[in-house]
Amino acid sequence: MTVVALKSLTKTFAKGNVTALQEIDLAIEPGEFVSLIGPSGCGKSTLLRVIGDLTPPSAGTVEVNGKSAPKARLDHDYGMVFQDSVLFDWRTVSKNVALPLELLGYDRERRKARVEEMLRLVELQGFGDHHPWQLSGGMQMRVAIARALSFEPALLLMDEPFGALDEMTRERLNIELLEIWRRMQSTIVFVTHSISEAVFLSTRVVVMSPRPGRIAGTVDIDLPQPRTTDTREDPHFFELVTEVRELLRGVGADEHGSVLAEERT
Amino acid sequence: MSAVAHASATASARRRVLDWVPAIVVFFATIAIWQISIDVFNIQKFLLPKPWAIVSTFWTQRSLLWAAGWLTLKEALGGFAIGSSLGILSAVFLARFRRLGEALMPLAIAANAIPIIAFAPIFNAWFDPLSPAPRMATAAVLCFFPVMVNTLRGLTSVRPSQVELMRSYAAGEFEIFRRVRVPTALPFVFAALKVATVLAMIGAIVSDYFGTFGSLGITIKNSVSLFDFETAWAAILMASILGVLMYVAVALAERYALQWDPTRQERGTA
Repeated sequence: MTVVALKSLTKTFAKGNVTALQEIDLAIEPGEFVSLIGPSGCGKSTLLRVIGDLTPPSAGTVEVNGKSAPKARLDHDYGMVFQDSVLFDWRTVSKNVALPLELLGYDRERRKARVEEMLRLVELQGFGDHHPWQLSGGMQMRVAIARALSFEPALLLMDEPFGALDEMTRERLNIELLEIWRRMQSTIVFVTHSISEAVFLSTRVVVMSPRPGRIAGTVDIDLPQPRTTDTREDPHFFELVTEVRELLRGVGADEHGSVLAEERT
Repeated sequence: MSAVAHASATASARRRVLDWVPAIVVFFATIAIWQISIDVFNIQKFLLPKPWAIVSTFWTQRSLLWAAGWLTLKEALGGFAIGSSLGILSAVFLARFRRLGEALMPLAIAANAIPIIAFAPIFNAWFDPLSPAPRMATAAVLCFFPVMVNTLRGLTSVRPSQVELMRSYAAGEFEIFRRVRVPTALPFVFAALKVATVLAMIGAIVSDYFGTFGSLGITIKNSVSLFDFETAWAAILMASILGVLMYVAVALAERYALQWDPTRQERGTA
């Protein structure tokens, strides 16, 4: 069954009379890793928020696992990761990961077992009793990912999760994320403004154009799995990066990506 | 490993003691200058008694002062408890009904500017002046506004991304309130409660001046009219000690409740 089905989705903001998204059609199948990329103001974050029912669409339909987006949200069908890790300072790392489990009514034993498993998954064993502010930015993001995955949502929505991290941390977390994705067999929708990150991670890259936000084209990423650091040196990797870059140039993004770097307004 | 941890714990304990040294030196230097300058400048005792005279009066009059202090402390504590609880409850209510909160906030801020202490004699007419009720009412009204305004600010200063995260887990308003708004508000609440302890003591003593038999306020007033300035100052010393005790009690509760707060501890990175 299709995980995300968008049909002629339009989103306008009354304030300033902005059309953020216009006539978006997109279907995402189970197990896909789809990246949304585009210049500033192309509505890629808005699109993610519409899928996650954090803001309603103005027209068109959103279906998640065959249900309406609000129903999917109430059914805990997706986990969300933001650019800022959004951890709660008053909770330890373990308690932060356990938060969705508490809300879902897991008992103490199950929570404990699950949290331990998740911390092992993101390689943070032994940090359970730390507070978030005692961790580095990369570790905080791993806690946020562990929290999003803790209740095994079928769909993971990630809004530029590694945008604030340095290049080295980002590349390491990219590989970790792919490892987690493979093991959990989840579906991921990933917003980014980095072309190489999108190509490296995804099975499909959706390029969006700004004002109004539309899908300018999609690029299937047929690089072999599992992807490793060697993937980044594969000639085909560069071909795909070029293909995405050409599409972006077509929609008016600076070829060096400097416009892209100012994403998130 | 544990030896290292132990050594660093002792080192930090020593540093904490050293942190206090300047404050203690300044305190005793001030007392010494006070004591000496009274002799040097020949200051009359109705203007300012010697510190040592105040302390010895404090000791000889201890049973009287303690009884008076206990009476006033009860008024202050009662007023603090009533005013702060009402302040917190009102803030919770106004945070829930945001529209109402926005409508009432300017009024609350305007009311906060009223010198409430001026109402102390009125409360004596409203409540039985022989009971502690009018003094508690004065202290409570003084505590109410800062606690209410600060708590409301705390409850509403939650980051939008935190609310969105909770919504993505299908959490309702109550869960968001309990798990996000309350912890976010706690530092604001404690800051206000510390201010409120001081205000409660002021409220209790000033309303004592309007005739609370056997209270600290009336002890100060009567001693002054009898030219017994040492006793008046000793009563002020008692009031200060009680005020500091209330403040410290709240500060300790704060330290316990806000152990997690990164702004109030040395950062240790993992």
